[in-house]
Amino acid sequence: MTPLSAAPRLRRGVKTAYDETRACHVVLFPEGVLVLNETAAAVVGLCDGRTSVEGIARRLAEEFDGVRAADVAELVDRLVARRVVAVDG
Amino acid sequence: MGEVPGADAPFGLLAELTHRCPLRCGYCSNPVELAGRADELDTAGWRSVFDQARAMGVWQLHLSGGEPLARRDFAELVGHAAGLGCYVNLVTSGLGLTADRLAGVDHVQLSVQDAEAAGADLIAGVRAHGHKLKAAEVVRDAGLPLTVNVVLHRLNLDNVGAIIALAERMGADRLELANTQYYGWALRNRAALLPTREQVARAGEVVAAARARSAMEIVYVVADYHEAHPKPCMHGWGARQLTVAPNGDVLPCPAAGVIEGLGVENVKDRALSDIWHSSAAFTAFRGFDWMQEPCRSCVRREVDFGGCRCQAFQLTGDASATDPVCSLSPHRGLVDLVLAGGTAPVEHRAVVR
Repeated sequence: MTPLSAAPRLRRGVKTAYDETRACHVVLFPEGVLVLNETAAAVVGLCDGRTSVEGIARRLAEEFDGVRAADVAELVDRLVARRVVAVDG
Repeated sequence: MGEVPGADAPFGLLAELTHRCPLRCGYCSNPVELAGRADELDTAGWRSVFDQARAMGVWQLHLSGGEPLARRDFAELVGHAAGLGCYVNLVTSGLGLTADRLAGVDHVQLSVQDAEAAGADLIAGVRAHGHKLKAAEVVRDAGLPLTVNVVLHRLNLDNVGAIIALAERMGADRLELANTQYYGWALRNRAALLPTREQVARAGEVVAAARARSAMEIVYVVADYHEAHPKPCMHGWGARQLTVAPNGDVLPCPAAGVIEGLGVENVKDRALSDIWHSSAAFTAFRGFDWMQEPCRSCVRREVDFGGCRCQAFQLTGDASATDPVCSLSPHRGLVDLVLAGGTAPVEHRAVVR
């Protein structure tokens, strides 16, 4: 699992957008579109290569109830598997 | 017939801007009847297609061909698509690719024919390999993600390890290794292109080992004639993506024009959204009600959607038959007969202007 101290970033060529047709946030990347729920969209928006997983969880806790750093790490794992997000070092 | 199932909004549009191409690959998936420049949609026609597609919910816009860079209005079309917010994917041979042509492009798919120039240029019919290595540098220098696309067949499948190494040297983020699918020119050249079972097995092992060690994403499209079950073609008919041919014909997949009596409609005559949602061509095989046995009651129908309608039509004459590559198809013998047949020399694709 992604360490809580790691700072995820969007990979080269990854873009985010709001999808009016489907009323949700999406991630656009080579040969793919990922439809995001509200929490996932907030996490993706904080994958800036500077904020750690723990930091992302703290920021989310200001907006959402019951945010756990381990859940954020698991979501980041899934985004890494889809090659949307990279975690260096 | 049951009720025609409704369609979700499409995510992708394959815009075949032109059939003109500097390459003459014998495995080209373009139809044998190629459209010439005079048949192509004009600039305003393509802009309207992109406008309509984005309004329908399309994000991924694949600019393909032929060679899309052969369009004189390429820069204008890319600029228009990028302005709409589309994720612009350039699918190119790399010939004629310069840094200024990448403005507005989000991702490049660059075709490579083989690991070495001699074999690559032989299948392409022109000396192209060296240009592709330079094109990859242009893409990397622009900071764009690069996918290298390689169509695999009898003549290059044994080189798959060297092809993977080449893609790594080119700096590819992704490598698509696609065994030839037999449509258009590839169907005509099938006897020359079909690999042996042993070749397919060895290549599968090389690819699996490379996937385990490489930082590059490796997508492998299997050789379906050698499989027990069909591919989940297009993830279902008219489900996620549509194709617009150079002349404006709107197709559920790039090969669908081969199906006789499909009722293909053109963007010059009807709105793209209407064609997607309610045209005869798009509703013909949407959902599951069209299926015959053995697909109709098969547990795999939601896995592979009965396979490919074009392949069913080409091999059995019935587009609603089970894809005959399926081991459960009563027509599987047709595929086995092809596999047992002899080989032939490759003919190059025709030149179109």
